[in-house]
Amino acid sequence: MLRYIARRLIQLIPVILLISILIFGIIKLVPGDPVGSNLDPRATAEQKLAERARLGLDKPIYVQYWNWLTRSLKGDFGYSYIYKRPVVEVVPSFIKNSLILNIFVYLFAFIIAIPIGIITAVKQYSKTDNFFSAFSLFGISMPTFFFGLLLIYFFGVKNQWLPISGMITVGRNYQGIARLKDVLLHMVLPGLVLIIGSLASLVRYTRTSMLEVINQDYIRTARSKGLSEKVVIYKHAFRNALIPIVTIVGFTIPSLFSGAVMLETVFNWPGIGRVLVEAVNARDYNLMMALDMFFAILTLLGNLLADIGYALVDPRIKVE
Amino acid sequence: MTEKNVDMKEDNTVEKDLTEEQQKILTPSKLIIRKFKKRRSSVIALIILCVIILSVIFAPVISKHDPYEYDFARAKQPPSKEHILGTDELGRDYFARILYGGRVALQVGIFAVLIEVVIGCIVGGIAGYYGGWIDNVLMRATEIFMSFPFLPLVITISAIVGTSIAPEKKMYLVMIILGLLSWPGLARMIRGQILSLREQEFVLAAKALGIRNSKIIWRHLIPNTVGYIVVNATLAVASAILQESALSFLGLGVAPPVPTWGNLIQYARDMYNLQHRPWLWIPPGLCIFATVMCINLIGDGLRDAIDPKSK
Repeated sequence: MLRYIARRLIQLIPVILLISILIFGIIKLVPGDPVGSNLDPRATAEQKLAERARLGLDKPIYVQYWNWLTRSLKGDFGYSYIYKRPVVEVVPSFIKNSLILNIFVYLFAFIIAIPIGIITAVKQYSKTDNFFSAFSLFGISMPTFFFGLLLIYFFGVKNQWLPISGMITVGRNYQGIARLKDVLLHMVLPGLVLIIGSLASLVRYTRTSMLEVINQDYIRTARSKGLSEKVVIYKHAFRNALIPIVTIVGFTIPSLFSGAVMLETVFNWPGIGRVLVEAVNARDYNLMMALDMFFAILTLLGNLLADIGYALVDPRIKVE
Repeated sequence: MTEKNVDMKEDNTVEKDLTEEQQKILTPSKLIIRKFKKRRSSVIALIILCVIILSVIFAPVISKHDPYEYDFARAKQPPSKEHILGTDELGRDYFARILYGGRVALQVGIFAVLIEVVIGCIVGGIAGYYGGWIDNVLMRATEIFMSFPFLPLVITISAIVGTSIAPEKKMYLVMIILGLLSWPGLARMIRGQILSLREQEFVLAAKALGIRNSKIIWRHLIPNTVGYIVVNATLAVASAILQESALSFLGLGVAPPVPTWGNLIQYARDMYNLQHRPWLWIPPGLCIFATVMCINLIGDGLRDAIDPKSK
């Protein structure tokens, strides 16, 4: 198993390199000279040339890429133009904020989705099943940002029940428990949108994989042995249905983060998604490249996790 | 096409004790339509979608206002008889803008998926038919495309390439980006289908007749996967519309003055509009929701009707 994981990790390296070339290439497509924005407008032509040389912009593009790559590997992603600080110092706090929101949503969604998925599969075409089918349809058809805006309108503006912007109340320097409560309150609305969005697909997925298992011969065998329905469903059926569910756990991680891009923008949550939009709008190239690489690596690791989970849970899959 | 199917079917539908209803000859397409009709929700969705599409096409008939014609004298009006949804900050009729915005949103969704289908068929068809190292190379490439972080990449590309493109042309950029990044899933599915189809005898027969490989792929194999392609493409249109609206909402997709449902919702980013002019942002949002939901329902209905595995 360890060898399998090691091999898969090594296989990731060329993919990451390829993605980094792509991202670097796209960003180099930008028309205009990035030197202009860093310098005093009165700078002379020589000063501009010197600045270009200092930033390495006078070199051919593959040399520039190589320099960027080697510096990135050392953890130096350059200077963020909006935050006036090195990118490595800026990004971690945003990752942390996104994680707070995502972990909460993630746990909640899985805890709710799996039982619902089982129930709807066991009672296929019942009222409960129909209700949740309609609910799933709602979840996958509703644009997250519009749903967020509706919640803001009804719970934050019409009735001022919940905070609608940011992560903490500005101007109140809460500490300890009060701070935790404050953050949790700010999390309710964006969390709700994210949970409903991810519930929709998770419930559908669990239901389908349960349905597939329930119609297998060994479930009929288990029933005809006289096992109670509970044992049949939760011990025999669910365990086998879990296999495809494990893969979705891995796939959801990156999609949660990028799904949060829209939501963090709408709710002004100081997370990695909102910063990406900010960086893109302000043309903060160093920050953009670092964030895009972060998202790319996250996606790859999520896929890897899904595969490893699959191999771990399903004894029929041979790792070799 | 239909006649040919009837001829083929006539020979083998000779079972005796069938009721009159069943004795009617059913072509595959008639069977699909019949199965589709059984799902009431999908039929209703189809009707609603048709209404939406027709009203978007006949926008000039429905609204006599021009969505681009501005008049500061009548700016920022609330809904009235003359302007059903009021006017925007430049005095343009808002209802007309929503109708024309629907044109753009639907066009982007459909053309993005067309690009997706073309690339998916080419990659999937070639990989599945030739197999071997060609398959290996193409599928590795597909996997790499699949592991791209979709939304962040779309945002980055759209922002950077978008700077050098006129606002009127941005909708084409969005179509191309969405199409170019979303084909891998479809390519994989088509490849899987073709892998099993190519082992069948009609392919052997075609080969024996000396038909060119490219013709076998396009005329014999791809048409056999059309059912799956239609189902997937339908659902893909729904997600392309959602993605376009998200991008345009962020200001990185279709850019004003061209209206689209996504960029019209941008009004809600202003707290005053959000609170006091809900007619500016709720209707376009509901339009997206209704359209996407109808397409999803139709897609589900088609899947049930076409997919032999489903009941």
